[in-house]
Amino acid sequence: MSGITHKLSATRLNRLFLAGELSAVEITEAALNRIDKAEPKVGAFLAVTADSALDRARKLDARRKSGDTELGCLAGVPVAVKDNICTDGIPTTCASRILEGYVPPYDATVVERLRAAGAIIVGKTNMDEFAMGSSGENSAFHPSRNPWDLDRIPGGSSAGSAVAVASEEVPLSLGSDTGGSIRQPAALTGIVGLKPTYGYVSRYGLVAFASSLDQIGPFGRDVEDVARLFEVIAGPDRRDSTNAGRAPSPVKFGGEPTLKGMRLGVPTEYFGEGIDPEVKARVDEAIAQLRELGAEVEECSLPSTEHALSAYYIIAPAEASANLARFDGVRYGYRTPGANGLLEMYGKTRAEGFGPEVKRRIMIGTYALSSGYYDAYYKKAQQVRTLVVRDFAKAFERFDALVTPTSPITAWRFGEKTDDPLSMYMADICTIPVNMAGLPGLSVPCGFAGGLPVGLQFIGKHFDDARLLQIAWAYQKVTQHHEARPALEGGR
Amino acid sequence: MALTRSQVEHVARLARLSLSEPETVAFTEQLSRILEHVESLNRLDAADVPPTYHAVALQNVLREDKPHVSLDRDKVLAQAPQAEAGCFKVPKITEG
Repeated sequence: MSGITHKLSATRLNRLFLAGELSAVEITEAALNRIDKAEPKVGAFLAVTADSALDRARKLDARRKSGDTELGCLAGVPVAVKDNICTDGIPTTCASRILEGYVPPYDATVVERLRAAGAIIVGKTNMDEFAMGSSGENSAFHPSRNPWDLDRIPGGSSAGSAVAVASEEVPLSLGSDTGGSIRQPAALTGIVGLKPTYGYVSRYGLVAFASSLDQIGPFGRDVEDVARLFEVIAGPDRRDSTNAGRAPSPVKFGGEPTLKGMRLGVPTEYFGEGIDPEVKARVDEAIAQLRELGAEVEECSLPSTEHALSAYYIIAPAEASANLARFDGVRYGYRTPGANGLLEMYGKTRAEGFGPEVKRRIMIGTYALSSGYYDAYYKKAQQVRTLVVRDFAKAFERFDALVTPTSPITAWRFGEKTDDPLSMYMADICTIPVNMAGLPGLSVPCGFAGGLPVGLQFIGKHFDDARLLQIAWAYQKVTQHHEARPALEGGR
Repeated sequence: MALTRSQVEHVARLARLSLSEPETVAFTEQLSRILEHVESLNRLDAADVPPTYHAVALQNVLREDKPHVSLDRDKVLAQAPQAEAGCFKVPKITEG
């Protein structure tokens, strides 16, 4: 098994560990070796917690040897965690200077659940600062690189979590998704990513960006692994008052893959101007395969899609400007040296601690919420949100789920969009409406365009996450796209 | 709509961001372009549409008023840039 251990799925690793065929230490060492080898090329991690991971692995091995049969469905499985999710005793920076060196005094609920399920946390992953960005380039520390072409971005904001899984450093990771930050990097790096229904996964311990849109979710290389991690992290938590209090029903996979009787809608607005023709071709091929599996596929319309993007770029910055007010140099993180008085300390700390994109969004949000502009921007955006919700509700009267591209384009080159924030925002058109309506969205690999991965997105009804996983599983059973692995080399 | 430099300076003050001169110039231009794009919302007739603040409807979430263990004070204060006598310490607020 040695030499390929890092390539194995979480489901397989857990089974081998429980059967005593691979020790947790062997699995962890394989992951750490792979990380050593891949990191200089891809830069997925901000911190690798080798010592605590090996310590934990030794304890799991001892428990297994002593006959413990309640080790958990992630026992022995290395997992990476996005650096905006609090980990007790492990620095959590949100890839921002303002939180450099911050060590949370508690675990996020999802981290508690990971530990309880026997997972081994091997490190914290790189991201766009405070999850604001679609390329990973907004990290204050270093960029993460797309393993399919090291000259290209991996997508964002959960850049490192996607890269760590795509580069076979870990089989599973956690990200967060506010406007596409799990699904888009999953698509651009050729892996599976799920943004659960809003309220399914506790946000306690997730550093808030836009509280009405944020949701934590899993990355993996196949649908079974993603389902396994989703079932661990989802469920009731009284510490998050927006948690729905629902436990997920276990997803059952197996038997002949079929989508007989499944009604799938294809919203035409998601194939509009700006979509790469090769991306469209891959998605069309995938839709043909869904038909072959027995699904009834029909076109539909979500007319508010165009406005959803504009509304998002008011709502998300507005919520962010309020949430990020807490970073003021008083309770944690960076404080500017030698400021004269409190107000100057606030202003300088924040100016020195936040990067350009974070400042830009705080400025937009503060403007939209400021006296005299609230009705014109913030309230209007929330009205548009109602239209987005109604569009989806109408579509779901006819369909069980919707099928779209995850991103209209494949991974772009570093620097290509940095001078034009607006063009980067436009790339999120297929993922943003899903957050606005709080729906679940899942991205699965559906082939390549110009050597770069393309993602297929399924959108479901509230709390229909299991159905999305089942549809994606059936698709995965009749395709091989998810089995392709990158060479970790530069472009041609 | 185009933002003026003085509007940008006002918003930066509200947001407690001491922007540099180049940042103020860049944001005046960039924020104007973003707001121009967002202006398209005003072409939409949504006067009778109620706003949605949360996509998943929630009533007031209540719990019993029972004390429970909170975070350890020393562990929390250890993360502060400055702390003294069990409190966060900040620069002087009043003159004199």
